[in-house]
Order: sequence, then C-alpha cells, then structure tokens
Amino acid sequence: MKDIELKTLSAGFRDPEVIHSLTRKINKLATELNDSIQVMEVCGGHTHTIMKYGLNQQMPDNIEFIHGPGCPVCIMPKERINHAVELAEQPNVILVTLGDMIRVPGSKGSLAECRARGGDVRSVYDPMDALTIAKENPEKTVIYFAIGFETTTPMTAVLVELAETQGIENLLFHVNHVLVPPAVDAILSDDDCRVNALIGPSHVSVIAGAEIYQPLVDEYNVPVVVSGFEPVDVLETMLNIVEQKLEEQKSGEKPKLQLQYSRAVVPGGNTAAQKKVDDCFEPREHFRFRGLGDIPGSALKLRDKYAHRDAELIYSDKLSTEELDDHKVCLCPSILRGQAKPYECRAFGKACTPSRPMGSCMVSSEGACNAYFRYSDLTDSE
Amino acid sequence: MKAKEIQLSHGSGGQEMNDLLGRLFYKHFANDILLKAEDAAMLQMDGPIAFTTDSFTVSPLFFPGGNIGKLAIAGTVNDLAMAGAQPEYLSSSFVIEEGFSIEQLTTIVESMAKELEKSGAKIVCGDTKVVPRGTLDGVIINTSGVGSVKYAGLSASNVQPDDAILVSRNVGSHGSCILMARDELKLESDLVSDCDTLWPQVKALMDAGVELHSLRDATRGGLAAVLNEWTASSRVGIHVQEKAIPILDEVHGLCELYGFEPCDLANEGTMILAVPRVEAEKALAVLREFHSDAACIGCAAEADKHRVTLTTPWGSRRYLDMPRGELLPRIC
Repeated sequence: MKDIELKTLSAGFRDPEVIHSLTRKINKLATELNDSIQVMEVCGGHTHTIMKYGLNQQMPDNIEFIHGPGCPVCIMPKERINHAVELAEQPNVILVTLGDMIRVPGSKGSLAECRARGGDVRSVYDPMDALTIAKENPEKTVIYFAIGFETTTPMTAVLVELAETQGIENLLFHVNHVLVPPAVDAILSDDDCRVNALIGPSHVSVIAGAEIYQPLVDEYNVPVVVSGFEPVDVLETMLNIVEQKLEEQKSGEKPKLQLQYSRAVVPGGNTAAQKKVDDCFEPREHFRFRGLGDIPGSALKLRDKYAHRDAELIYSDKLSTEELDDHKVCLCPSILRGQAKPYECRAFGKACTPSRPMGSCMVSSEGACNAYFRYSDLTDSE
Repeated sequence: MKAKEIQLSHGSGGQEMNDLLGRLFYKHFANDILLKAEDAAMLQMDGPIAFTTDSFTVSPLFFPGGNIGKLAIAGTVNDLAMAGAQPEYLSSSFVIEEGFSIEQLTTIVESMAKELEKSGAKIVCGDTKVVPRGTLDGVIINTSGVGSVKYAGLSASNVQPDDAILVSRNVGSHGSCILMARDELKLESDLVSDCDTLWPQVKALMDAGVELHSLRDATRGGLAAVLNEWTASSRVGIHVQEKAIPILDEVHGLCELYGFEPCDLANEGTMILAVPRVEAEKALAVLREFHSDAACIGCAAEADKHRVTLTTPWGSRRYLDMPRGELLPRIC
C-alpha cells in the first residue's frame, strides 16, 4: 500500500486553483439569489477555517457567515468553570482536563491561575492519560473534568468503562458533555434569529451521524450541509447551500440535509461509539449554555449506576450553585444568534481580549470573537 | 570511586566542588582567563560592547538536534550576533538538582564546548549551585555574554518601509521537536531542532557587504512574535505571503494534528532579517550557503495600523497576531 502522508490529507483541499474555481462559481450563482443567505457555521472548527483562511472575504455581499455556539470551551458557563477550580482546590485532588479549558476564567480565576496557586491541574491531549495518572497516584483522587460535544463524549465513556473494568477506584468524573441539536434548535426557534442555512458540525456527525440534523431541516425549513474542515470543504458546502437556495427559489424544492464530508461521515454515524455513550450517560433535564441560557435536554450526565464516580454528586457540598452571567455589555448572546458581529461589541478588543475574555465567544481559539481578534476580517473592521 | 550523581556537597565550595570544577568545567571550557580562577575575569575590549543574559530551562533536557547545553550557548551567542556583535566572552552558571547524573552533565558541558567553537567565544567565569532533589527539574543554566559591536545600528526599531523581510531557513522546527519529545503527545519523526549558532551567517553577511537594518532570532513566540515586535517598534506594517514561508512537512503535520501555528513555534537557530529591498538577493545568496531554503517572505510598508498581515495563496488577507498564552493542543 502506498504510504499516506499527513500533507496528502490536506494538500488538495487547500489548492488555490480549486478554491478560486469554487469561489467564482459561488459568486456567479449568488447573483441569481432573490434573498440573502445568513449561514450559521455551528462548529468552532468551521469558524476557525473561515477566519484563518479568509473564506468570508471570498463570499459575495449577499452571503453572510454567522458564527455559532459549537465550541465546548466557549459555551461553558462560569459556574461550571468555578466547579473545576473548586475541585482542583480540594486536598488530595488532581484535576485533569483538555487543552483550552485551563485558561478560561470563571469568577474564581482560571485553572491555570489555580495551578499557579498550587492546585494540581493537568492538561492532557488524550483522555486516556487520566487513567494513567489515576494509576500512578493511587493515594490521590483524580477528577476528569470532561468537556466536549458529541465528538469527545465516547472517549469519556471508554474512560469510565476502563476505570470500571480495571477497578481504578480513584478516578472520578465531572461531566460537561453537551449536544449540538438542542443548542441549534434553541437558536433557530428564537423569533429574531436571522439564520437561514446551516453548516453542520461534521466531527460530531462522525460519531452521532448526519441524520441528527434532519429534524432541524424539517422544523425550520433550512438547508443543512455537513461539511469537512478544509477551505475546499467549506466552499463546496457553500456552493451546495447556494444551489439548494436557488432550487427552492426556482422550483419550490424543499431544503434538505446534505453530506459534503462523506470521506469521514456516514448517515447513521458510529453506532459502536453511540452504544458506549448510551451505556454511560443520560440526558440532563437542562443545561445552561454560556451566552444562550438554559436549554432543555442539551447536555449529558453519568447514569445512576456510575454515581460512585460522579464528582458532581460526591463533592456536591463543595461546589457553588449560583448561576453567573456574563457582563451586561457583552454581546455574545446576540453574536451567537447572528444579530451582531464581534466588532460591534463595545468591549471587543478593549475590555475583552483573548488574554482576559469577558464573554464566551472570546474564550477559546474557536470562538467567534477570538477568531475575529486574531485574524480580523480586514475588509470588515478597517 | 567517583560519584555518579551530583550531591549537595558538589555545590558547597569544598573539595568535592573543586573536583567537579576541575574534571568538568575547567577541562572542557579551558582558556587562559578561566583557568586563572579569579573572583572576576579580566577582559580587554575596545569600542562599543553588546551585553546580554539568558536563563535556559527546557523539558526534555535532551532533544533531537541538541540539549540544554547547546541551547545555552547558541541562545546567548545569537543574541549578541543579532545586535551585530561578535560573541567573545560568556559566563555560565549552573543550578543543578541533587541526584542529577554526572554523565548527563558531562554530555551537556561537552555540547557547550563544541558549540562555542562555532563563534570562537570563550567561557571566562562561572558558578555552580546544587539544590535539593525535587526543587527543580534536572538543571537550569544561565549564560551571559559580551561581544564587540561590528555592525552598528541594528535594532527592532530600524525596520524601514520597503525593507524586504527574509528568513534564514525553515521555521518552527525547534518548537515542534520539543513538543514531539514530550510525553503528552507521543509522536515520532525524523525532525531535529534547528538549534545552532548564527554568528557565522551574520559574519558572512557583513563580509559580503550586505546592508542590514534589523536581525532577530525567532526564539519563543516564533516568526509571529518577531514580526509583531518589529511592526510595533518600527511603526510600520509588514506584509507576508503565506506560501513564501518555508515550513517543513513534519512541522506542518504536527500543527495540523494539534492545532498549532508554525509561525508561533520557537526556533533556536533561525533568524529573521530586514534588509533594503535592493539588498535582498545578495543577502539570500549568502544565507543559502548555509541553508538552501532561506527565503524572502514579504516586505515592510508604511501603514496606519502597525500590524502584520498575511496573504493566503488565494488572495484572502488576515492578521498574523502575536502568539498568546501557553501552547495547548486543540480539543477535537
């Protein structure tokens, strides 16, 4: 078999000629549109692609990107970040979490600041490292602060399963896994929402399948295209959306669910992973999304049979319960609904920066304000 | 029998410390000034002098293409070279953790001696401290250095509109190497750090009569940090063509996997140059004697906003911002 090199996985998807040809086609077709398109890229990964590669600059005036809530770090409300800090401050506890999570400030500072004060906070890339840390520190309680949408949930489920089968008693979980469809539903159901097309998060769909978005297509009459993350993927997706809009305009054809990222996603998703998730977790009645508020059924919690591993129950007397909102000047709720752009916020780039974020969208590199701050849309902000 | 590990007694000024100094530091760094073993080294220097200091801590201590010792020499020597100064005299201070392997310490000191040969600089004074086990991770080295200025006026505030911006070789390999060598990422590749002394390249540029405006070794913060420092200090804009930046496939690969930016990753033997546009070809010809992938990546220009803009191969533009915070891999 010919060796696959990493660059072959992305090189063709960043080919300037293909990109030029797609943008030409989109721009040509878009002149035929009667109504403008406000497309929400739900996933922070897509926001990152659009801003980093300047794809928004390649779009005609009647196509606008609206940056959605699909960044697991950004949507974490402050009270739950406080939980992480409160847990890390417990004696004999090692708090383990993923990447960006450690620099997000709650009202008690960030996990990085907690670590500087002496808290044992470990940032890992592979959740399985939490198991190793638990084995190496049998006298300590290791708490895995689990975050992420459907994409990362199976890894946490496997971690729970391994801790059970290997009898690793000192590994606990604080579960913050959230779900894409209820969050998008909450945005689209708002009367003031301007979104009329969706770019579907696709790594979520690798696990959960593309079909999870069909109810959104049916309910809100919007095209949803499940897209890959390279520039050519996103542009091809945009072309699909424009074509769907034109078909609807010309022949009244209903919007549909399309799968652009077919090299990784199948309609039904990864059923083995889904089974593991289902065994381990059940939906919460509601979960507060930072910037969006309470959304019913939008997150998961450990099933009762794993209550002995649920740090939220075990440390319930140590964890604060007060709900904490962002500063009232913060425009994140409007930005997430497509009613405002990051640079329209009075705090953007001044009181609110990636080093000292005030609102959810500035928090992680995949948040809309953060992406605008780092890459700035030269055409919009100048 | 000689000890195999550093003990607290090696730092307490007595016989054990003298033994260690003799068989390690005096042996490998030997020169007339050092061997006088006075409280202070006596130096003879003429004209303007550049002076710099840096403390080195790296995990892991040994990495493909170098170790903390090589880094400690190249780092300080390069800071002098970037100021247009010929590196001449260095100090070296070691803070060593009790229990550290003397064999490893010897390797580090040998690497330092070897790296010094590239610039001809000498270590003329030093210090050794040993701290109890657990108070630091292995060893920390501080080096300070002085050199006589051979090319005056190099400065971060001296980048002129219309200057060409050059890089001396591909960027990001040291940072990538260190990340791959760490336990958390568990990656293997043939990549080696660019860790190297830059004085021979700077001297060759001077000898060839190339007019220089600013030089910077792109250490922590990488290319992005240097360019942003220049735009702020020189009050110019800098425009970079993304496709012109030389980046190895391995570095691209690591960045793709973990969500890093090659331009944010550290280098330890790569410099960025601002030279008048008419000098660019001459400078590149000299640099390519050392690394064939030296390249012109963009230019400086008068601008209202003193920022770095990057143009993609398909014509979109974005800012190349100053790196922030610690490097953390993405979540999914």
